Amino acid sequence: MRWSFRPSRISAMGSLLWPWLCAASVALSLLMLATLLTLLATRGLGHFWPAALEEATLHSGETVIGQPVRETPLPNTAGIERLYFTGNRDIDGASWRWVALDDIDTVAVPDDLIRLERSPWGDFIGRLEAVESEGQRFEDAAAWAFVARALTLPDSQRPNAQLQLTAANGHTITQPLSGVTLFQAPNAMSWGQKVVVWSERIWQFLSEGPRAANTGGGVWPAIFGTVLMVILMSVIVTPFGVLAAIYLNEIAHQNRLTRLVRIGVRNLAGVPSIVYGVFGLGVFVYGIGGSIDSWFFEDALPSPTFGTGGLLWASLTLALLTLPVVIVATEEGLARIPDAQREGAVALGATRLEMLTRVVLPMATPAMLTGVILAVARAAGEVAPLMLVGVAKLAPQMPVDGEFPYLHLERKFMHLGYHLFDTAFHGEDVQAAIPLVFATALLLVLIVLVLNLTAIFLRHYLRRQRGNEC
Amino acid sequence: MLALSSANPAQAPVTRFSAETCCLSINQFHLAYAGKTALRDLTLDVPRHRVTAFIGPSGCGKSTLLRAINRLHDLNESVTHHGQIQLEDQDIHAPQMNVTELRRRVGMVFQTPNPFPMSIYENVAFGLRLQGRLPKRKRDDIIEWALTSAALWDEVKDRLHRSAWQLSGGQQQRLVIARTLAVQPDVLLLDEPASALDPISTLKIEELIRNLKSQLTLVLVTHNMQQAARVSDYTAFLQQGELVEYGPTDQVFTNPRLQRTENYITGRMT
Repeated sequence: MRWSFRPSRISAMGSLLWPWLCAASVALSLLMLATLLTLLATRGLGHFWPAALEEATLHSGETVIGQPVRETPLPNTAGIERLYFTGNRDIDGASWRWVALDDIDTVAVPDDLIRLERSPWGDFIGRLEAVESEGQRFEDAAAWAFVARALTLPDSQRPNAQLQLTAANGHTITQPLSGVTLFQAPNAMSWGQKVVVWSERIWQFLSEGPRAANTGGGVWPAIFGTVLMVILMSVIVTPFGVLAAIYLNEIAHQNRLTRLVRIGVRNLAGVPSIVYGVFGLGVFVYGIGGSIDSWFFEDALPSPTFGTGGLLWASLTLALLTLPVVIVATEEGLARIPDAQREGAVALGATRLEMLTRVVLPMATPAMLTGVILAVARAAGEVAPLMLVGVAKLAPQMPVDGEFPYLHLERKFMHLGYHLFDTAFHGEDVQAAIPLVFATALLLVLIVLVLNLTAIFLRHYLRRQRGNEC
Repeated sequence: MLALSSANPAQAPVTRFSAETCCLSINQFHLAYAGKTALRDLTLDVPRHRVTAFIGPSGCGKSTLLRAINRLHDLNESVTHHGQIQLEDQDIHAPQMNVTELRRRVGMVFQTPNPFPMSIYENVAFGLRLQGRLPKRKRDDIIEWALTSAALWDEVKDRLHRSAWQLSGGQQQRLVIARTLAVQPDVLLLDEPASALDPISTLKIEELIRNLKSQLTLVLVTHNMQQAARVSDYTAFLQQGELVEYGPTDQVFTNPRLQRTENYITGRMT
């Protein structure tokens, strides 16, 4: 029994109730977190699974071929309708089709249904009838084998070929092989093959650039931009924050002014991030960037070099945003170091600088890393200020490439958070964007997690090395 | 026993040693924290190669005096002082006095062991590294000597590169003493060095203090009357920032000149 005996029944109830309340709130938080992660994981990762393709015959005699996505109740009437992803935007004018379940006569899952990813029209779903290549004609299994083999070759070595395809309701089209990027027959696949395809598609999502106005393809530039921006931000914010904290805690006279500065710094952490964005735009981009342009890049004017949003300004803005976090965490770490340590160093003949660098700072390193962890977590998820100071919907060039000086601080970059926003609200194909939004959100969470874990392990390692907790 | 001269036994004693035997000489020293007087016109001499104990009730200023000898009060801006403290005829507050050099010559050990969060070896090497570069052989020798002097070598020689924070409290305190000895100070100030330790560790520290006086001058602040009686050669009794009585320990404990001293020593504090 953790609680003591009380004569009054109410207080006994209370002593039973309050641990229960505390436990319940923890459980609720965990539940919400688990729900969030499960939702992101299933909706995001499920998108890449090669789902079965159905061929539904309606009472009207019409057929619908596609991948069932979800079902919702019909508006205004009883019954349920099902959303099919049908592809074939070139034939039907839309890639999605709602079908009421009551209208469906039979549903089949034939093995010969295929799915092609192609440009410019997006996915095709239907059947492959034949392939014609350099006077030869392949049909059925031979055609499948031909296409599958051709797609394993690099672009330049692929044979010239025309695919003859049949969509639902007997529409036939001819598709040149050169436009095809993916050939899939999910219904004919074994479970193991599906897993392989699934992981391949996830890898493509992670490693490729976006296509079709961010509603297709991968997010590699956004991952790269996010991580690079966060690293740059940490590199800028850490020395500034640590030096400021040392000054406030170790050097400055502890008087009313110091307290005022401290309160100010703490309150800066609560300023809405968009305000920092406005500041960054006004001071960094137009002010400093504009001046740099007029001094060093006069030839390029009026088109701006540094006078427009870019990686450097975004990193600086976020560094400013996270500065209070680093200062507060470092200061708390410094304050936790017993004065006996400082006196011990000084009593051995250390100057104040030697005391700081040899005893105080090593002891405060875990606290500084905590500050950086918090800063990274905040910066990686920040979108609003970035929209003003350098993030782009589609950056034509990566901020790092083989061209001197390799790291291009003035370039615009892509960011997962903004990519998410853009995919969700600015795409034309809303249905196609939904799973990508979930996948991107999951990825963003994972990246923040990885960045944090790295810093946490580093901190743990430093503590272990010293054999202490502080 | 060294020759002691006392001008007027009834008044606050002005105790002097001859220049050959005097290590620290404190002359009408006055110190205040933010205007609040902590030490009042203190005058006493500390003899070389002897253990001098400062005793007195809490807040009597004995620790303050100890810290003043090391100029640790420099870290606190609210402290003001006047009067003189001389170390081997040099005024420690003189402008030409190098504070870090003073602190090397006057080592200090605090109440709670404060080893740095580094290895045992690095703790002892800390002061040496501040002095500048030494060949590794020489440094190793000094470290072994310091740890041996602090009666710790046998216990830690196999784990010199482990964290100092893994040592027991008593070992940590001896490590701190070794760390101080490594820079070869003339004076060692001990501020209640055993008050946070168990009886056995305390005895070890006391034995160490007795052994060390052949090498240097020790000043000990303690709350423990028995400890002062056991280890010190001279005892100064302070009360409310003033020196009440100062003399050979035997005399102070067995035959104090003043009633106030006797009351305190016998535990009849008013």
